[in-house]
Amino acid sequence: MSVAVQERRITEHPSIEVLPPRRSRVWSKLRRRPAALFGAVLVGVFVLLAVLAPILPIPDPAATSWTSIRLPPSSEHWLGTDQNGRDLLSRMIWGAQASLLAGVVSVMIAVLIGVPLGVFAGWFGGWTDATISRMTEALLAVPFLILAIAFAAFLGPSLTNAMIAIGLSATPIFIRLARGQTLAVKTEDYVESAHAAGVGQVAILWRYILPNIAPPIIVQATLTIATAIIAEASLSFLGLGQQPPAPSWGAMLNTAKNFMEQAPWMAMWPGLGIFLVVLGFNLFGDGLRDALDPREA
Amino acid sequence: MLPFIGRRLLIAIPTILMISVFVFLLQKLLPGDPVLALAGEDRNPETLATLRELYRLDDPLIVQYFHWMLNVLQGDLGMSLRTNQPVTSLIMEKLPVTFQLAVMALIFAVGIGVPMGILSAVKKGSWLDYIANFVALSGLSIPNFWLGILLILLVSVNLGWLPASGYRAFSVDPVRSIETMLMPAFVLGTALAATLMRHTRSAMLTVLKSDYVRTARAKGLRERAVILKHALRNALVPVVTVSALLFGELLAGAVLTEQIFTIPGFGKLVVDAVFNRDYAVVQGIVLVTSVGFIFMNLLADTAYKILNPRMRDS
Amino acid sequence: MRFMQTVAASALIAAMATGAYAQELRIGLQDDADVLDPDQSRTFVGRIVYTALCDKLVDISPDLEIVPQLATEWSWSDDETELTMTLREGVVFHDGTPFNADAVVANIERSQNLPESRRKSEVASITGIEAIDESTVKITLAEPDATLLAQLSDRAGMMISPTAAEEMGADFGSAPVCSGPFSFVERVQQDRIELARFADYWNADEIHFDTVVYLPIPDTTVRLANLRAGDLHLIERLAATDVASAKADAGLNVVDVVGLGYQGITMNVNNGPEADNPFGQDKRLRQALSLSVDRDALNQVVFEGAFAAGNQPVPPTSPWYDDRFPVPERDVEAARALLAEAGHADGIALSVQVANNPVQTQVMEVVQAMAAEAGINISIRATEFATLLQQQTAGEYQGSQVGWSGRTDVDGNIHQFVTCEGGINDSKFCDPQVDEHLNAARVSNDVAIRKESYDAAREILNDELPIIYLYHPSWIWAMNANIEGFTAYPDGMIRLQGVRSTQ
Repeated sequence: MSVAVQERRITEHPSIEVLPPRRSRVWSKLRRRPAALFGAVLVGVFVLLAVLAPILPIPDPAATSWTSIRLPPSSEHWLGTDQNGRDLLSRMIWGAQASLLAGVVSVMIAVLIGVPLGVFAGWFGGWTDATISRMTEALLAVPFLILAIAFAAFLGPSLTNAMIAIGLSATPIFIRLARGQTLAVKTEDYVESAHAAGVGQVAILWRYILPNIAPPIIVQATLTIATAIIAEASLSFLGLGQQPPAPSWGAMLNTAKNFMEQAPWMAMWPGLGIFLVVLGFNLFGDGLRDALDPREA
Repeated sequence: MLPFIGRRLLIAIPTILMISVFVFLLQKLLPGDPVLALAGEDRNPETLATLRELYRLDDPLIVQYFHWMLNVLQGDLGMSLRTNQPVTSLIMEKLPVTFQLAVMALIFAVGIGVPMGILSAVKKGSWLDYIANFVALSGLSIPNFWLGILLILLVSVNLGWLPASGYRAFSVDPVRSIETMLMPAFVLGTALAATLMRHTRSAMLTVLKSDYVRTARAKGLRERAVILKHALRNALVPVVTVSALLFGELLAGAVLTEQIFTIPGFGKLVVDAVFNRDYAVVQGIVLVTSVGFIFMNLLADTAYKILNPRMRDS
Repeated sequence: MRFMQTVAASALIAAMATGAYAQELRIGLQDDADVLDPDQSRTFVGRIVYTALCDKLVDISPDLEIVPQLATEWSWSDDETELTMTLREGVVFHDGTPFNADAVVANIERSQNLPESRRKSEVASITGIEAIDESTVKITLAEPDATLLAQLSDRAGMMISPTAAEEMGADFGSAPVCSGPFSFVERVQQDRIELARFADYWNADEIHFDTVVYLPIPDTTVRLANLRAGDLHLIERLAATDVASAKADAGLNVVDVVGLGYQGITMNVNNGPEADNPFGQDKRLRQALSLSVDRDALNQVVFEGAFAAGNQPVPPTSPWYDDRFPVPERDVEAARALLAEAGHADGIALSVQVANNPVQTQVMEVVQAMAAEAGINISIRATEFATLLQQQTAGEYQGSQVGWSGRTDVDGNIHQFVTCEGGINDSKFCDPQVDEHLNAARVSNDVAIRKESYDAAREILNDELPIIYLYHPSWIWAMNANIEGFTAYPDGMIRLQGVRSTQ
């Protein structure tokens, strides 16, 4: 939600230095932060479940059963069943696939489009910068979720389109970030000397700029994955994401809210799932940001 | 100062124009004939044709755009296709509602976030710091529509403490008004509290290390006084500017929260309008909130500039 | 019309001041009404509001008989092309304008001529209307129309004040003036619609509330929660899955009745290139699909048995139902046999689009599971409603799960869907014989003749299956136990005459 705001403050805080951090230093700092490790573990568990879904001994998530409608958790159905008699544990695990995929792919889209644009804007300046910046501001001014809803409605409801919609909506964030970071790095000594030494523009961008602006972008990407997962759930909640009968946590919540009294567990699991995964990414991203901050011990 | 503001305003113009074009195009490219969607069960071709003509839906896009922009510049944001109500009056109706929600959410956010941030900064590195950070991140991670549903179930259905919906305007029934807004404001506030907490913490940390505070400590002031009177005042500067931005975001309508709690604000209006293909409403509202956001941005930046030199001076 | 609102508000305050207990009835609706102009309105909930706001020429009884409201008597000429109606005397509109034959003429002409009118097709058969005297009006048709009275019992027959209509034109909806039991006070979009008792209503004795407030609350759980909490007195469209719990609640009463509408799957038989698929071309596959569905189980799983299984445009309880074709039992064997006969013994795929809300999606998921056992592999495309309609009209679908809210006259449930030139015939099914039967049914006021025609059409339609009917939604209301006198009408409307609160 407030990712845009967070990002803004990163780039405009006067005292962030941009030193290429050494991997070993980062790793040791990360290890000393239990919160970040906890986050990583959370994410890891869900990723594992999602990847292993096809081989786990769980029932077919689309297998309906008219005799097992809305059963509470039991030894047979650990998390209970839904309104069509489908096993909730299975749907949760397969739903994890959808959520994680949505999170990662949308951010990848945003990064692959946003970072180059931002770097060009920062590097070339002038009209390139002006145009890109105005467009970015325009997109940033439209509320994120509304933008995503409009895109998703335009593209049609499906998980892929939801990912594209969220990715496009998150792109301006990375444009701003990459631009700001490029501006900061552009004037560094090593860049200027490379320039003086006659190294080509592309090479400079690739070998000097990109690696040095990477850390804050990675941090932002991690945090944006969290936002993207919630956005996908929100879109599915509104009926614009994953299509039935394929499971999606957001869609499961949307159905569950009609059965709050009869089967409250239906709403518990998907919400909890989203919460834990998002928390994991937030904790890890947070820890990463602290670890990469050269000012902190 | 004035040239700064002036320049920013000037730059805002092409941005706003781009937003208008973008929103306009996106709406028009949405699949689904708006007239069909709005005709509902009656699809007399003659009626549909008349409607299309009335709303100029058959004109080339450029013409429609210019016609719309011309009206906007005269203060006419068009009519809702669904209810024939002028979009401007719709916005005037919903603005106080979303404004109230935003204010209440901000109160929650500040009330939870700022103290936590201060505590965190002061007790940096302690378990209190970690817990606070964890709680803040949790608040940020909970999907607000889930939290909303759970709250309704718990607080309204089971405990019966607060109504699940049935918002009344503040001017009509202030008690009821606040009652119906408490839960949605809380849901929105918790997410923002996290951001506020972290900014407060970071600002406090910076200030606590500054010369100014060191001088105050050297003068022999008690730690409590140092924190509360001097450090806090300066640390609140970035917090204020961030709040202004968050407020701008809130104003855009907490889309899902309004949906769940049936709060008749901007967010709900826009979502329904997208689904009903009520073009004029979507365009009008997004334009207004985007412009509002840009000005909030400008306000925040100006405030920062004004407050900043003062901070360094004292 | 600030004036009218002030009058209404003052009347309200006066009522309170005289010590009369200001009885307010708060009703929870599923959606927000659209524009409050009977000639322009398109929503179901709009009609609920009109029931209290605008009286009509005629109304219906719970048995769907036409009964007097603003017209007390009517008779047809011998050739059934002239309808003479006697109007009720002493009726005034909310703004004081007297209700008379001229007002009726003005109303019908507005429905026909207002550019934004959505009622044109409903009054298309009227070629002329004249005021014979103050309380008599004569409507002339080009040929007999059995559906006319039914149309006049709905929005086409709602009488609005000609004075207000002239003054406001198409903007009438912002402050509607009619002659119903309640007058308009205010409306805040997506928030509330408030009406106040009209003291000069001709049937004021039957009205026991001073104000009525309609509140749109789309979420069924929240609507019920509000009812339970006492913030609402009555809600419409209680979710079928909440019925058991509401009935168990001592503070609530649940009333239900089978509605006039249906839900089914419209098959693309001849609408554009997408119709060129096995299901569109071969009726055996459509029959197989129909046979593969256990409608009772569907009703049970999704609606806990609260709705009614169906296979015709009207429910089995309707007098127009053709008993020769009862709701089929599920027969997977027969379905498989048909598939094999049609050359798809190994199975066949079908794409069905459905509105992306949880209930309809669940319906299709159940159908999908059932059809799979017969070898039909359905892929579901959940679509936004606006896009759904567009794609259906444009023929960009194979199957489309849609419904119809239903009309008082059976013609309204069939004609425009399956006749060659039907306005909502999105399957583009066309059979001249069916057209002949359905047209014949329209122009006769003789029930026996009509039933014969519909039955003849049913023979063909049940075989061709351009629309596979699945079920008929019931209207379910839940209300505070203090509310008495509520009568369930199959058209889903909330009529407040005789309803009172014992509190």
